[in-house]
Amino acid sequence: MQITSFRFLLFVAAVLAAYYLIPKKGQWMLLLAVSYCFYLWAGIEYLGFILLTTVSTYAATMAMAANQDKQAKFLEENKETLTREDRKASKVKLKKTNRVYLVGCLVLNFSVLAVCKALLIEPFQTAAAAGTLSFLSIGLPLGISFYMFQSMGYVVDVYRQTTPAERNPFKLALFVSFFPQLIQGPISRFGQIAPTLYAPKKFDGKQLSFGLQRMLWGYFKKLVIADRIAAAVIALRGPEHTGVAFFLLTVFYAVQIYGDFTGGIDITIGLAQTLGIELPENFIRPYFSKNIAEYWRRWHISLGEWMKDYIFYPVSVSKPLLQLSKTARKKWRSFGQRLPVYVASVATWFVTGIWHGLTPNFVLWGMLNCFFIVLSEECVGLYERFHNRFHLKEKKWYGGFEILRMFILMNLIRIVDLFPNVSDYFSRIGSLFTTFNFHILWDGTMLKLGLTELDYIILACGIVLMFVISLIQEKKGSIRALLLQQKPVLRYALIFALLVIVLLMGSYGVGYNASAFIYNAF
Amino acid sequence: MKKKSILILCASLAVCIALLWLLQALLMPKYMGSVKEGALIGEYYDNAGNNDVVFIGDCEVYENFSPITMWEEYGITSIIRGSAQQMIWQSYYLMEETFQYETPKVMVFNVLSMKYDTPQSTGDQTQREAYNRMTLDGMRWSDSKWNSVLASMTEEEKEWQGQWSYLFPLLRYHDRWSQLTAEDFQYLFKKDQVSDNGYLMQTGVKPYEDEHVQPPLVDYTFGENSYYYLDKMVELCKSHGTQLVLIKAPSLYPVWWDEWDQQMVEYAEKHDLLYVNLLETQEEIGIDWSKDTYDAGLHLNVYGAEKLASYFGRILVDECGVADHRGDDTVSAVWAEKVATYYARKEKLEAQS
Repeated sequence: MQITSFRFLLFVAAVLAAYYLIPKKGQWMLLLAVSYCFYLWAGIEYLGFILLTTVSTYAATMAMAANQDKQAKFLEENKETLTREDRKASKVKLKKTNRVYLVGCLVLNFSVLAVCKALLIEPFQTAAAAGTLSFLSIGLPLGISFYMFQSMGYVVDVYRQTTPAERNPFKLALFVSFFPQLIQGPISRFGQIAPTLYAPKKFDGKQLSFGLQRMLWGYFKKLVIADRIAAAVIALRGPEHTGVAFFLLTVFYAVQIYGDFTGGIDITIGLAQTLGIELPENFIRPYFSKNIAEYWRRWHISLGEWMKDYIFYPVSVSKPLLQLSKTARKKWRSFGQRLPVYVASVATWFVTGIWHGLTPNFVLWGMLNCFFIVLSEECVGLYERFHNRFHLKEKKWYGGFEILRMFILMNLIRIVDLFPNVSDYFSRIGSLFTTFNFHILWDGTMLKLGLTELDYIILACGIVLMFVISLIQEKKGSIRALLLQQKPVLRYALIFALLVIVLLMGSYGVGYNASAFIYNAF
Repeated sequence: MKKKSILILCASLAVCIALLWLLQALLMPKYMGSVKEGALIGEYYDNAGNNDVVFIGDCEVYENFSPITMWEEYGITSIIRGSAQQMIWQSYYLMEETFQYETPKVMVFNVLSMKYDTPQSTGDQTQREAYNRMTLDGMRWSDSKWNSVLASMTEEEKEWQGQWSYLFPLLRYHDRWSQLTAEDFQYLFKKDQVSDNGYLMQTGVKPYEDEHVQPPLVDYTFGENSYYYLDKMVELCKSHGTQLVLIKAPSLYPVWWDEWDQQMVEYAEKHDLLYVNLLETQEEIGIDWSKDTYDAGLHLNVYGAEKLASYFGRILVDECGVADHRGDDTVSAVWAEKVATYYARKEKLEAQS
């Protein structure tokens, strides 16, 4: 069930009505039931995957919790007699025992994820298409990358004792399967959403209104912007589009993926808000970033945080890295200090790359991001000397230049998503320096990309609107809070105007290609 | 304060719904200009209630029979529920809906649509969707409409759950805002009647000259789905005490194969129905294909339609016992108006052609 479909809207309306009509104690149980209905809608053949994650997560965390309880009891009963060393030894023993459950659970789940992702690439795809190995054509189970990372994060948190284990298996099942998150995240932490996920909720008109407004804004970004520009993105991928056309592709894809992904997340977070559930933000106006580190603090935040906490830090403090750090510091002093961080970054970005897909372009995408992050770290001193000499940071226009520079750089990195064959990507990048076909901007080529003049006008207006809204959010905070301060008639008129824009200018229905969210594929 | 806020919210919602309704009315095609066929189904409701005969089917009924002639010559009250490329399941549901408004003595169904077993079998699906719209958008909300929608949707419509757009056509016509013309504003609230009791008049003449040769078919058997709906029509009419008459209108093409005709003859015999293949009685009817068609034999013009109505009216009287209402003053008064409109339209169109 696509979340841009009429069926989904009816589904949501029915869920909302039931949610606020039934006794409050049963609300979370209703959510569990509808989440499984939503999941089953994608295909009953996927049920086993989510059950496997849920059951293995529950079993591992309960086993770890039992050991933790046992140890706590032992420490409590013997607190008079135990020495500091005894306590330490007890903790080490607990970690060692629980590590077995942790590793077992992680290996089991990530193996399933790896197999599912591997089946999407050659030669399995060809075998599945040819029918010789038809069981391989199962496809990627709905939301598997998202719910699995969320669940494994929770398992690690329980192991680290930063989160208590959820003892009710059905509550845990809801955490894993909460339906708005199944489409494309965000990848929430147990501690972030548990307080509102299970709590009984009274009907709150303001929350409902805010949630619906955010959903509407998400539909605007998805249906008016992303799905409209999609035709040109597909057309520009053709091998004949080089030089300026390729540059345009990078910009169009930036617009498409922004509208698609942030629009989808707006719908998800807005929907959760209508249910009184608070999900973490996944984007903070990433295209306003001035450097790559800032960009990754603003784009797909939940994945970045996950990678930082569960890959980067553990790798950074692992024994081999600590040893490397020690040796490197002796040899290269300050660079030696940074080297382990860079090695951990490579590992993190490698995993981030393959999380998106097991094809070489996603590995390259991860490595390119890592390369520019490391490069900018290494150039910090150089930048400082440059700015001390020229004082450009004090100039207003320089901030705009930094944003534009980062926008173009990220576009050039991100576009590798579209080129599974990385040599195609490099040849297109090369064409930027050899093909200066600016004439395509006025010789009619632009109107052969599946977009009419009217489409360009709608897109231009839509992008300006997104930009203005983002600017207001950046400077003044929540738009919905600002709207709330306005007179009701003006407020309703603006919301209605947005609804009409989505209804009239959205790309949906006969004659439009219904497109799934890009991040559904990850 | 809270009461005031709720009032403002309710008032705003009411205004929004009204504006959306207005927007929907504006964006829906009006079918008042070149494609008048789309307006036919919607016109039925203004003329429903007292018809002894209801014709149901595709262009072979709404272009070929003149109800006004049948009234003038036999006092038969009749109406046509026709639409372009009407599928048999659409005909069935129109029939079902008709019984909600009236119970005619005779229901006449043109059997050409038996050749289409599924929406996919009609070929170009974009065109199919446009034809579906012309039949279904004009129907009032009812179970019959909903079931007809579900039976008619193309694969593309099913993919995006297009059934909802038949309930709320704004979802289908949402992007027509860039194609609006003066006609859309002119007919926003009130439309003209483009037909005469469902008959769409044409006064032009384009003689039939070249024989249309169609390659033979691999299989002439009508599909299961077609028979399923034909069986349902038989049952439906029987349950309302209405006589179902099957006809094949005298259009020269698309070809009506002998093998198809034989199947209809056998079906009619089996179910004790009257089946009239009017292609076989062209000479008796007096159709002159050099004068009585406006598109070289595909459809009749008004002169041919009047001849056909005159011939078929006799069958309705003799074989079905349809009554003459010309002695009923109330009915006559209503039909006098229809007759006047008919001749005014004929005169106007003749002057134009």
